[in-house]
Parts: sequence; C-alpha cells; structure tokens
Amino acid sequence: MKPLEAKKINVFYGDNHVLKDIDITIKENTVTALIGPSGCGKTTFLRTLNRMNDYIETFRKKGKVYIDGKDIYDKKVRVEELRRKVGMVFQKPNPFPKSIFENVAYGLKIHGITGKYEINDTVEKSLKQAALWGEVKDKLDKPALSLSGGQQQRLCIARTLAVKPTIILMDEPASALDPLSTAKIEELIEELKEKYTIIIVTHNMQQAARISDRTAFFYLGELIEYDKTSIIFTNPKNKLTENYISGRFG
Amino acid sequence: MSNVSYNRNIDSIFKYLGISCTLFGIVMLLIFIGNIVTDGVQRIDWSFLTNLPSRKAENAGILTAWTGTAWILGLTSIFSIPIGVAAGIYLQEYGMKNRLARIVELNIANLAGVPSIIYGLLGLEIFVRVMNFGGSLLAGSLTLSLLILPVIIVATREALRAVPNSLREASYGMGATKWQTIWYQILPAASGGVVTGIILALSRAVGETAPLIVIGALAYVPFVAKSPMDEFTVLPIQIFNWVSRPQPEFLTNGAAAIIILLLLTFIMNGIAVYLRNKWQKKISW
Repeated sequence: MKPLEAKKINVFYGDNHVLKDIDITIKENTVTALIGPSGCGKTTFLRTLNRMNDYIETFRKKGKVYIDGKDIYDKKVRVEELRRKVGMVFQKPNPFPKSIFENVAYGLKIHGITGKYEINDTVEKSLKQAALWGEVKDKLDKPALSLSGGQQQRLCIARTLAVKPTIILMDEPASALDPLSTAKIEELIEELKEKYTIIIVTHNMQQAARISDRTAFFYLGELIEYDKTSIIFTNPKNKLTENYISGRFG
Repeated sequence: MSNVSYNRNIDSIFKYLGISCTLFGIVMLLIFIGNIVTDGVQRIDWSFLTNLPSRKAENAGILTAWTGTAWILGLTSIFSIPIGVAAGIYLQEYGMKNRLARIVELNIANLAGVPSIIYGLLGLEIFVRVMNFGGSLLAGSLTLSLLILPVIIVATREALRAVPNSLREASYGMGATKWQTIWYQILPAASGGVVTGIILALSRAVGETAPLIVIGALAYVPFVAKSPMDEFTVLPIQIFNWVSRPQPEFLTNGAAAIIILLLLTFIMNGIAVYLRNKWQKKISW
C-alpha cells in the first residue's frame, strides 16, 4: 500500500525553481523525516502535499502527487476533502483564539457534523490521542491561548486528529518548544504512527534520528537521498548527505 | 563639545515647541467647550428634549432634530454596514492583489477624502431627483451611506489585514472553505477593529450638515418623522438654524443643542476607543 506518491514534482515561485524533480513514495504507518538546510524546499514540498501553496499567487507546479492512488491536483478533487484527509500541524502553535473545546470541534463543525454526542465524543477522543486530555479535561471552556506553548501544539494536533485524517504533515512542530514539551511531542508522534502516516520537517537531526523510520535529505531543491533512517545516519550513500548529517555544513 | 550642546539645545527647543503645539489644540477645544457649556447647559431640561421647534425660543425643543438624527443613524447603519463590510472582505480576502486592485484601493482611500458637499450633490441628483425620494430620510441616509462607505471599507480591510496569516492557515489546513474561514475565524478575530471603524464612520455621519442641506433637509420640521419617506431635520441643521438667528435666546438654544450633539459624538468615539483597546489586547497572540 502506497498512501502517498510524488512523481517528478517541480515547484516554481515565479522564476524561482524551488523543487526539482522530486520522486518519493511514502509508506503507510511510518514517520518520514524531511531534513536539509534552510531554504532547500522541505516546507514547500510538505505544503505541496495538502495544496497549501495554492494561496501563493506565483506558485506553479509540474509533476503529480498521488494520495491513495488519486492525483490530488486533479480538477475534480475538492481541496477541502483533501485537507481533511491530509492534516497539517504548523511550526508555531496556532490555536484559534477560542476555547479549547471549540478548537477541537471546529473541524467537525466545518465538515457538517452537528450531533452533540458525536462532537463531545470526538473531542474527548482526540484530546486523549494527543495526550492532552488529562491536563485540560476540567477547563475545556477556557481559552486555548491560555495554555502553554507545548500544550497549544498538542491541542493543534488534537484538532487535526478530530477530522480523522490518514496522513499528518508536520512542519517543525517542536522547533518553538522547550525540551520537555519537545519530548512529549516526539513521544506522541511515536504513538500516532500506529494509526497515521506522518511526514515531518525538522531541523533537528537528533530528532529525525530518534523518531523517523525513513529520512529524506533535501538540498537546494533536490531530493539527494531517501532511505531508512538507520542507513541515512550511519551509512549514507551520498557524500552530501554524509557531510550534512556529520555537521560539516548546514 | 560645542556641537553636543548645540544638538541638545535643538532637542529641548523641539520638546517645548511640541508641548506648545499640543497644548494649543487642547486649550482651544477647552475654551470652546467651556464657552458652549456656560451658554447652554442651563437651557437643557426634559422639555428641551421633548418639545417641537417653535418660533418662541423658550418653547423650542430638539425633538424633531434628535429623532431625525436617530433615524439617520439607524438607516445609514442599515445601508452602509453590510455593504461596507462586505466590500472590505472581498477586497482583502478574495480580490486579486494585482495592479487593478491597487488602483481600486487607492481610489477608495481618496474617496474617503472627498468633501462631503460633493456627496450631497451626488445624493441630490441620484436619490432626490432620479430615484425621486425627495428630501426624505431615505435620501439623506443613502447620501450619508455613500459618504462613509469608504471609511468603513478601509477600516474593515485594515482590521482583516491585522489578523495573522497563521490563523487562516490553521483553518484552511483543517479543510475549511474560504467563507468558513472568514465567518468562523477571521471576522470574529477582526470584529473589534471592524466595529471601531463602523462607529467612527457613523459618528462622522451624525455630525454632517452640508450634504443634508444640499439634498433638502429642512430647518423647520414641525413633526416627528414616522417613516423613511418623511421630511426631516437633524441636530447639526437645527443648530445651524438657531445660531444664524439674531435673537440671543436662540443662540442659547443652539449652545444647548451643541452640547447634546457633542455628547452623542463623544460617547460614540468613546465606545470606539474602548473597543479598539480591548481588541488590541486580545489580538496579540
């Protein structure tokens, strides 16, 4: 089963050729880390997978992205349905300036789910899955912005889980957090991969080594090497990869 | 060394210049308000608010004027708020950010600066003559709506622009449509700024005189307006009428009406400032 397949993806911002011929196949229930120096196209690639780049007016794309065998850039695809299936967690925690409960229930509301029991149930389940339930169960009506940064990020994960995605994209989800909160997020990712396919951009190579099954190394818009994480970090085939992971540049 | 003391002198000169400039405006305003209050405050009582206009100054009241102002305020809100907010939303969230959009944006900002009498002439031609509304409340409020639309559009856009993009991304990332994102997330987050802009625009409409005179609002209306098609007067016109009379008793009436109008606009501006401060605190996430 190949839940996600990118074929010859090229991305341009105006005249700027940001991604060059990216070919990648992501396996189900794995964590795939995208690593590489800043500005090498990791985030752009991630955002190509749920069409978040559509809002950039100079964005152009060549090549295909298949999710569950369907071309996500096909005219018939409804981008709202796609994003329900391919959730996203952002670099900076960005909960809605509403209550904790409303944050998680928002996805259900916009997708037309109105049953009170179903909503309550899903909110509780999602918060439990995101390992946040114990901390917030007595204050669901409190503003989400009163939570700590790490809690906010787990709330954002819970919010994403509530609409039952199959793939979760994470764009440096722990880079704005302290080490303890980071550890919690990493633990969470370990658990989530049993049910979800996770693609995570990270600048932290130890993090990639700790949590991912496969690692893709991007450099200047190209996918240099993509393999099992253990191989990338111990026995990379490409000299560039070796230099990067051994800290010689980046 | 001499250079340092020279620069310091410039510094302190500018400081005192700045203080006197600031004081100038405040002192002038205080003198004006003090003057008005001493002239008019003893004239304000219940009958002043509930009496119809009269040829006898001591019987004259501002009932028709303030009810006219209230009508104008209500009708102008009904016309200008939905149109202005919708246009602001379109321009900021839907419209393309190309050259045409910049020209439109520039022109809306310019429209906010067009003298109000020009809007009066526009209203006279379109609403009074072509649409045949006469010198009615409807024609008056439509004219004032045109006048304040640019202000509401610009304020709406600025409030929407202040909402961080991360909020839009969070909503789109959940699979929300553009409208859902605007309705559930962006508008609530921007509401303080939008409402502030609306109140400031309406308080400008309340104080306008020239365009209403042009479209034919009357100085003497012996009845309280019952429908939008009725003829009307408003507080500023009543004031203008009274202060242009020779009898000193009418000047007192004018001062008293000015106090009422000032109170109304101060309250509206106060609410706007309050909401803006509250909103700025809320939006800093």
